[in-house]
Amino acid sequence: MGTILLLVLLAVLVFWGVAAYNGLIALKNQVENAWKQIDVQLKRRHDLIPNLVNTVKGAMNFERQTLEAVVEARNKAIAVESSGASVRATAEAETQLTGALHRLLAVVEAYPQLKATGNIGQLQEELTTTENKIAFARQLYNDVAAQYNTKQKQIPTVFVAGFAGAAPVELWEITDEAERAVPKVELG
Amino acid sequence: MDASPNVDYSKPVDLFSQQARNRRRSAWLIAGFILFFAWLGFGGDYILYLSTQGGEPEEYKHVIPWLGIVLTLVGAGMAIHAWRSGASDVLKSTGARQIFTPKGEVEQQYVNVVEEMAIASGITCPGIWIVDDPDPNAFATGRDPENAHIAVTEGLLLSIDRSELQAVVAHEMGHIKNLDVRLMTLLAALVGTIVLLSDVLWRVVFRSGMKAGGRSRKKDNNPLIIVLLVVWLISWLLAPIIVRLIALSLSREREYLADAMSAQFTRNPLALASALEKIEHAAEPTRQIKRGTAHLCIADPLGRRINEKETWLAARFATHPPMAIRVARLKAMGYRSLKATG
Repeated sequence: MGTILLLVLLAVLVFWGVAAYNGLIALKNQVENAWKQIDVQLKRRHDLIPNLVNTVKGAMNFERQTLEAVVEARNKAIAVESSGASVRATAEAETQLTGALHRLLAVVEAYPQLKATGNIGQLQEELTTTENKIAFARQLYNDVAAQYNTKQKQIPTVFVAGFAGAAPVELWEITDEAERAVPKVELG
Repeated sequence: MDASPNVDYSKPVDLFSQQARNRRRSAWLIAGFILFFAWLGFGGDYILYLSTQGGEPEEYKHVIPWLGIVLTLVGAGMAIHAWRSGASDVLKSTGARQIFTPKGEVEQQYVNVVEEMAIASGITCPGIWIVDDPDPNAFATGRDPENAHIAVTEGLLLSIDRSELQAVVAHEMGHIKNLDVRLMTLLAALVGTIVLLSDVLWRVVFRSGMKAGGRSRKKDNNPLIIVLLVVWLISWLLAPIIVRLIALSLSREREYLADAMSAQFTRNPLALASALEKIEHAAEPTRQIKRGTAHLCIADPLGRRINEKETWLAARFATHPPMAIRVARLKAMGYRSLKATG
């Protein structure tokens, strides 16, 4: 009788352990996938920028600084990421680029005659969607990373966390206030 | 807008239990559908067996239940068809066209928005479709997130702005992600078949039943046969009503859930609120969308008044919760997070 009870208890424990372990691994994979998604979108943005600058350059030979800031931020971001930086460093460099692009977008918005020329409208949509994709990829990453971090600290999952090789991951935090701030447009 | 302490968007709607519930209900739906056909078949066989019993030896005896076998196979075949091509049937019935290479800025923006929301919800990008109808509406269909489709009407693209479109598409992504689409698509396909079949067969049975009844009354009056016949006929009669009621009761509460998921994906519940208000004000019926697929849409395409009431009766017969309550819930969510971020 006693041995049967013990065996049942053991079976329940093993069963639960496997489930908790699998849950953690699934979350870990989700975090990795979400990060890959961010990576894809960042690369897309980096590839888009030269094209973008060429198109806008002809239409707006004023507002040089805005354009140069975009190019500079892009090159810096690529340099940071190719040196295998942490989430934090990547986030910082990309936030700079986001800020520069938002200012460019605001400039395009502020000049109605700009919109009328050629494919600026198309470009604007392209830029908007790229920015949104990055923002949403970041949001998804932060959501699943937060879940993963919480889960591995919670009882009873914490007991299998070491077993599953779970370690807290860094969130993509907005380190720069520039992104929250309303972009300033210099007219003239 | 970032997550605020009061509205914690990073805690998802309980996705796993919702998916499990939808899987379970889909399985029950298919089982119930096949069982219903089996009952119609074998029940009919049994009635025929009883009524041909005890006649002259040279008269026809119904011994082999071929009716039951055939109808069960037909039911299973239709369930398999609904599972495999339910989504494309739904899309076909609304006359939607798929967008491969977007033409013009409106279509481009729509495609971009769907791609964005696929990223936000973490699913593979669904098929993108447009229904050429001036009334604003949207729906999603499919079997699972890997085989899903999103369709909006032309009218929707023209009447709402980018962030509102995002919110509407996010609402549909919610339906896809929690597997509502599987249950709803199966339901659309199976409801359609049952309604059609019972329509046709009811007429046939009713007519021949009148004649046969007139003849057989002289011969035998076994009460068992009469009771069985009545039950059998009533199940034919009630089947379409029952499946419609199932469709209705299943689709109402999940609209609230998809609204909440939209807010989770876009972090912008107010955009969905204003989109819903715009859809509501253009209260013209969506002509391209038929009754059988109404429960798939974000707003009732038939523009029925009953959806605006929260009474017991309305709660049984409406496909959608009252728009006013949906909008109020979303606004409450939005203002809470606005207040929290200052």
